[in-house]
Amino acid sequence: MSSRDLILNRVRRALAGVPDVEIARAYRGPTSAPGDIRLFEQRVRDYRAVVHVVDEAGVADRVARSLAGRGARRVVVPAGFPSAWSAAEGVAAIADDPPLSAAGLDEVDGVLTTCAVAIAETGTIVLDAGPGQGRRALSLVPDYHLCVVRAARIVAGVPDAVARLDPTRPLTWISGPSATSDIELNRIEGVHGPRTLEVLIVT
Amino acid sequence: MSVTFLGMPADRPFPRNAARAVRDSQLRFNLRKATGTIRARRAGVVAEAPDWAELREAGKAIKEHTLRNLDRYLVQLEEAVTAAGGRVHWAAGAAEANRIVADLVKATGETEVVKVKSMATQEIGLNEALLEHGITAYETDLAELIVQLGDDRPSHILVPAIHRNRAEIREVFAEHMSGWGRPAPDDLTDDPAALAEAARLHLRERFLKTKVAISGANFAIAETGTMVVLESEGNGRMCLTLPRTLISVVGIEKVLPSWRDLEVFLQLLPRSSTGERMNPYTSMWTGAAEGQEFHLVLLDNGRTGVLADEVGRQALRCIRCSACLNVCPVYERTGGHAYGSVYPGPIGAILTPQLRGMGSELDRSLPYASSLCGACYEVCPVAIDIPSVLVDLRSRARHSWPERAGMAAAGWVFERQGRLAALQRAGGRLRRFVPRRLPGPLGRWTDTRDLPEVPRESFRDWWDRTDGGRR
Ligand code: SF4
Repeated sequence: MSSRDLILNRVRRALAGVPDVEIARAYRGPTSAPGDIRLFEQRVRDYRAVVHVVDEAGVADRVARSLAGRGARRVVVPAGFPSAWSAAEGVAAIADDPPLSAAGLDEVDGVLTTCAVAIAETGTIVLDAGPGQGRRALSLVPDYHLCVVRAARIVAGVPDAVARLDPTRPLTWISGPSATSDIELNRIEGVHGPRTLEVLIVT
Repeated sequence: MSVTFLGMPADRPFPRNAARAVRDSQLRFNLRKATGTIRARRAGVVAEAPDWAELREAGKAIKEHTLRNLDRYLVQLEEAVTAAGGRVHWAAGAAEANRIVADLVKATGETEVVKVKSMATQEIGLNEALLEHGITAYETDLAELIVQLGDDRPSHILVPAIHRNRAEIREVFAEHMSGWGRPAPDDLTDDPAALAEAARLHLRERFLKTKVAISGANFAIAETGTMVVLESEGNGRMCLTLPRTLISVVGIEKVLPSWRDLEVFLQLLPRSSTGERMNPYTSMWTGAAEGQEFHLVLLDNGRTGVLADEVGRQALRCIRCSACLNVCPVYERTGGHAYGSVYPGPIGAILTPQLRGMGSELDRSLPYASSLCGACYEVCPVAIDIPSVLVDLRSRARHSWPERAGMAAAGWVFERQGRLAALQRAGGRLRRFVPRRLPGPLGRWTDTRDLPEVPRESFRDWWDRTDGGRR
């Protein structure tokens, strides 16, 4: 007998006559209400990420100032990221086409992305490799990640995000910069992912 | 049946391990500090969720329902992963899982793999097995790195190096990093940020060049074939994203029926484990993502045996959050090594004897590694009634003959009211002769307990004589 059949048979034998249970979903489910921008801002900040709130007209300028502040000269800009936002003076916008090698990604100063969904209650941004986000490695290897979040993408809680996302896409949920709790159980920012996360909320 | 291997030798019983551990004051200090921190954080973020009780109820029910229909969901998961370009392998035991993984790695021609922390691969002793095939597995989780570099054993589900403080971690890095790759900087301090930086530098090159990664998964969605990994540092993302080949070893109990179920578990798990509203990174992928080669190894290794047990099967609901460890008064004092298994603490005390059987003295002693205070049950996000399972397991452990004789005698006395009354009267008359400590080998029992005072008159006799105090 194959191990597959062996395991499945054992499972069936173990379960013979065991009653099923009802799943009551009495918790707060998805809402149609938009997420609270202030709450999102606060919660992202709680993770010690840098947060700015700007209007549409102010995005390009804010991006330019953030990059200048870090002295970033070469940044990866994934396909579909609004070009008007990344036209900062003195900054080379590098496309991931042909795809950059991991070592190549390690040499850039940062990455600009948008996001698929953002969650107010938990201060989370979710990337789904859609337009403006690129493949997963882009927001991982560089040490600096600037994410532009349109207010319309902000949802209230986790159930709203799950309802909006497409599981067939590779998803990355990001809540603050890379961190560890492994040393005496205190959260310390900055291990393998980007050590600086900057979030721009566009109202 | 062969003995299920759980990644650690089970040679000494828990009380002896514990007696040694509690004499280590540094260990006790480290544990108290760490578990105290995490308990407070968890309590804060759980109190913040107004529907915590409902989420917990749903989490429990979803897991119950999944286990009840596990065969169906496993087959569905297999179909979904296969349809999305992944390959599914089934492993009945540790040896088979190790062989499957070793063969998959060998097929790539590589001799080095990077690993994301995973309980399942620790449970089957994968690193050691790979080494026998000439394959070196590099742990990339900070805590696992500390454990691996220090040639140590994990002592906590979530924070395997919880028994180490920053000064000890600095020592381990300074001394052993050079043997495994890039050495620690000469001026390394015990500042946690500096330690994290040293780990970043040590591992970065390895991430960029290694072609095969091995992971576990927190959840596997049957409906869509999606795998879910929660982590903090980004080493998980590195392993899941950069290598060409990804192999995930996942216990069969990790499956969840539908995508929607994540709305429950992505709230329960981060708040219960690291005490955060959300952990820094969660990766989800379905089949062969972004052109990667993906293998899923479904592992039984004793789980179906647990599933067959009416009381004990609830242990399979466990999402390995480690909240029960952090609140356990026994764990806080003994640490994880005393449990002699990769699953320590209250969950280990019920899972290990079920997976491994109660053949060894250690495994028979584990159900007693508890004061039955119930704190573990209260914090468990999937409401596993750990105390009840402990009591049930205790009733099944083989007991020593004096204990069995004593219990049989007590049973005989309690069976009839008259027998009890006669014994109580005899005891009342002879009370002057009852010793404070039991003689001979029975004295071991009274070393840690006081014998109750024998009253002059039993309560029943008093009630009869005074009509409940009225006379
Ligand atoms: S038994 Fe419950 S509290 Fe303990 S690790 Fe498992 S899920 Fe968490």
